[in-house]
Amino acid sequence: MLTKRLIACFDIIGDRVTKAVNFQDNIDVGPAEDLALLMYEEQIDELIFYDITASAEKRKLNIDTVRRVAKCVFIPFAVGGGIRNLSDMQEALKAGAEKISIDSMAVRNPEIITQGARAFGSQCIVLSTQVKRTQKSVKIPSGYEVYIDGARVATGMDAIDWIKRGQELGAGEICINSIDNDGTVSGYDIQLMKLAEEAVSVPLIASGGAGSPSHLKELFTETASQAAIISSMLYSPRLKRNYRVAELKEYLLSENINVRPTRIRKEP
Amino acid sequence: MIGIIDYKAGNAPSVLSAVTHLGYEAELVSRPDRLMEMTHIIMPGVGSAGATMSSLRELDLIDVLREVILESKAMFLGVCVGMQILFEYSEEDDTVCLGLLPGQVVSFNRQRVRVPQMGWNKVHFIKDLSHRTEDDYFYFVNSFYAVPENDSHIWGIAENDGPFTAAVYKDNIFGTQFHIEKSGEAGLELLNAFLTLERGEPLC
Repeated sequence: MLTKRLIACFDIIGDRVTKAVNFQDNIDVGPAEDLALLMYEEQIDELIFYDITASAEKRKLNIDTVRRVAKCVFIPFAVGGGIRNLSDMQEALKAGAEKISIDSMAVRNPEIITQGARAFGSQCIVLSTQVKRTQKSVKIPSGYEVYIDGARVATGMDAIDWIKRGQELGAGEICINSIDNDGTVSGYDIQLMKLAEEAVSVPLIASGGAGSPSHLKELFTETASQAAIISSMLYSPRLKRNYRVAELKEYLLSENINVRPTRIRKEP
Repeated sequence: MIGIIDYKAGNAPSVLSAVTHLGYEAELVSRPDRLMEMTHIIMPGVGSAGATMSSLRELDLIDVLREVILESKAMFLGVCVGMQILFEYSEEDDTVCLGLLPGQVVSFNRQRVRVPQMGWNKVHFIKDLSHRTEDDYFYFVNSFYAVPENDSHIWGIAENDGPFTAAVYKDNIFGTQFHIEKSGEAGLELLNAFLTLERGEPLC
C-alpha cells in the first residue's frame, strides 16, 4: 500500500535554508544544496523548496539551486515561490523539479492552476495555501482564512472553499500550512486537516507545527493526510533536539503507521 | 550509447542526472537518426498519455522507436507514462498507444483511493532480471495503470485500490510505472541493473 510521506521543507533565501517562527524572524540554517543532500542521505521521502521572498519581492526563484540539487538528489522535490507563468514552471521542471508549488500566485490568478495542470499534468501542480484561524462568518464559514505573501496579507477567502476550488481547477495535491502552528512545535492543526480531507479528494500535505514524533502519529492516525512537512524537527537550531529521519520512521512503524522503512545501504 | 528521449513534457534531464550519477555516459535524444544509434533507450514519463503520444508524433519518433526496439533489439525502458504508452490503448485522453505490449491502461478507482496515487509504494517483483530483483519501495505518481493482456509480461506488482502492475518486461522491452529516477537508492540500483543488460542477453 501507499505509504505516508515525510517531507522536508526548506525555506530558501538566496541559496540558503532559513527557519522562521510564524513566518517571521528567519534565521540561517545552511546552504540549500548541502541540506538537501543530507536529507537525501537520511532517506527523507520528498523535499520542498520555497523561495520565500521571491513572491513578495516579485522576482523569479533561483533556478541554479534547483539544478544543482537535482544532480545529486534522486527523490522527488517540489519548488515554489516566484512562479508566475507556464514558462517559469517549465524552467523549474526542466531543471529537475517534479512538482511546482503555487501559493500566492494562484490566489492572484487562479487560472494558472488550470494552465499548469493542462500543460504538465495535475500531478505536477501542488496548491499550497497559508491558513490562519479567524472568527467564523458568512464569508469565512470554516473559520480558516487564506493568507498570501509570506502570511502577511489576508485575502478574506475561506480556506476550505479555496482548496475545493483549487482541486476543481486542476491541482493534483494540496499543501495546507497552518500560520498559527508554524514553528511553534505544538503539533499540526488536526481540525483544519479534517475539514480539508472532507472537502477534497486529492492527496493532502499537512504543514506547520510538528515538534515531536507523536505529532506525526497524531496526524496520520486522526486524519487522512498522506504527507507531513517536517522541518524544525529535522534541523532547526532553535529546538532542544533534532531528529533523524530514521528514528522518526522507526517510531512510526512501531506505532503501526505505514511509512517507507529506512533502507540499509548495500556496500557498493 | 544510452539515449534518453527528450520531449516537451518529459523530465529527461532528471533521468540523465540519475544515469550520469551511476557513471554512464548518456545523451538526450530527440532526432530519429540519433535514436537508431542507441543500445539502450529510456523513455521518461511526465504528463498524460495523449500529450506524450503527440510529442512523439511531432518529433517523428514513432516508427523509428518500433524499428529500434523490435528489429535492432535495443534495450528499452519506459518510465511512468513512458511505460503506459508501450501498451495498445490508454483510457487517459482516449489514446491509441505504441502497441508493443498487448493490453490497456485504465484509471484507478476514485471511489476507493485518492487519485493520483502519489508517494512510495512497495513493489513485489515476480520475475528476476539477470540477478535477483528484491522487493523494495519506489516512488509513484499516477492516476492510470497498465493491465497487460499477457500475465507473463508482469515484472512487479504493488497495491493501491487493489493489486496493479508496477513493472513489466518482455524480451528487451522494460517498463516501470514508478519513477525509477526518483526512487532513491532502490531506483538507482534497478536502473543500474537495466543499464548493464546487454542486447540479446538471456533473462531468467
